[in-house]
Amino acid sequence: MTTQEALFQYTLRLGDTNLILGQRLSEWTGHGPFLEEDLALTNIALDITGTAKSLIEYAASIEGKGKTEDDLAYFRNDRQYFNAQMTEQPNGDYARTIVRQAIMDCFDFYFYTELAKSKDETLAGIAQKSIKEVTYHLRHTSSWVERFGDGTEESHNKAQTALNELWQYTGELFEMNEVDAVLMNEGIAVDLNLVKTKWEKHMTELLEKSTLIKPENVFMQTGSRKGIHTEHLAYILAEMQALPRMFPDAKW
Amino acid sequence: MNYTKEHIFSILSEIPDPEIPVISIIELGVIRDIELINDSSIALKITPTYSGCPAMKQIEDDVRKKLSEHHFTQITIQTIFSPPWTTDWITAEAKEKLRLYGIAPPEHSTEDKSWLTGKTKSISCPRCKSQNTKLISQFGSTACKALYQCQDCLEPFDYFKCI
Repeated sequence: MTTQEALFQYTLRLGDTNLILGQRLSEWTGHGPFLEEDLALTNIALDITGTAKSLIEYAASIEGKGKTEDDLAYFRNDRQYFNAQMTEQPNGDYARTIVRQAIMDCFDFYFYTELAKSKDETLAGIAQKSIKEVTYHLRHTSSWVERFGDGTEESHNKAQTALNELWQYTGELFEMNEVDAVLMNEGIAVDLNLVKTKWEKHMTELLEKSTLIKPENVFMQTGSRKGIHTEHLAYILAEMQALPRMFPDAKW
Repeated sequence: MNYTKEHIFSILSEIPDPEIPVISIIELGVIRDIELINDSSIALKITPTYSGCPAMKQIEDDVRKKLSEHHFTQITIQTIFSPPWTTDWITAEAKEKLRLYGIAPPEHSTEDKSWLTGKTKSISCPRCKSQNTKLISQFGSTACKALYQCQDCLEPFDYFKCI
């Protein structure tokens, strides 16, 4: 695998993870539990989708086939997507959305802090930008995890159920393959073991503070590095891609 | 005519921010570099305030329109991410304009990380200047703002977040 191929795969993986999470989260727009939270989730979705655009645009330029970020977002099937399975999980109730988001925000916080030191200037730049936004996201979702966990019996149970159901998708976030190996040699990719240590410490502290129990000995799902997904992704894509697929020349 | 960089900056400072029209895109600090190639060609570097800022496309279109009025035919606009945009780049004058417009300007330098540990400086109400204000939500009407309410005059207001 050449550095260019690896860089394309890597950037696409990061872009897809942001795109699908942003798309999922934006389903809350107009449906938030109250106005301020509706705005908060929509704002977070906007930041994440913006990061996705920067990353997928960069992926398209690395690929060098004259495609745009829209071509890559709208004209690939689920098996050609490399987003983490966590991001495609349904929103469920508000506690579930928040728990998923806190897990991802915490991951992003440590991941982008490392990526900001990448020898690839574009990835480092996107990471430096993103880290400022993610800091706000993490602060927001962490405070909600705490409120749910340490709130009423019902809010606690909902947060704990979400945690128990979603934990199986956390293992995948830290998987590394040939793409990572090639790019780590060049000082471009992030060592996910390093991110994992920091992520685990942060999550353990957050969950303890929230009186939630961290799931242990969970069977970890895997597959997204190879384009294998849960059944939910194809439905997201069907909705997201319907218009450009129906009218491929549409301009807006 | 022979333009200098200063001319171009002054031409571009006629372009208002699409969402906060009281300040210009120059005062906002999103134009990072200008390279005059010749009388008809120019290359600019711009940086987004937020990754998903929907105003970026509008700003780019406005810049192209303004520069073509000044007979530039080759306009290259490159989006850069590094160094990332910071509220520290908003000029003092622009901060005052924001306040008069009803948006509380960013209160401290981003070098000051005390807000991360909850030691947020109190934000003064842009209308009555009271320090007795309350954070309603970290996320406001646009990506760059948080929502506050004054506990004295009861007015809700936007606060330009420090990033």
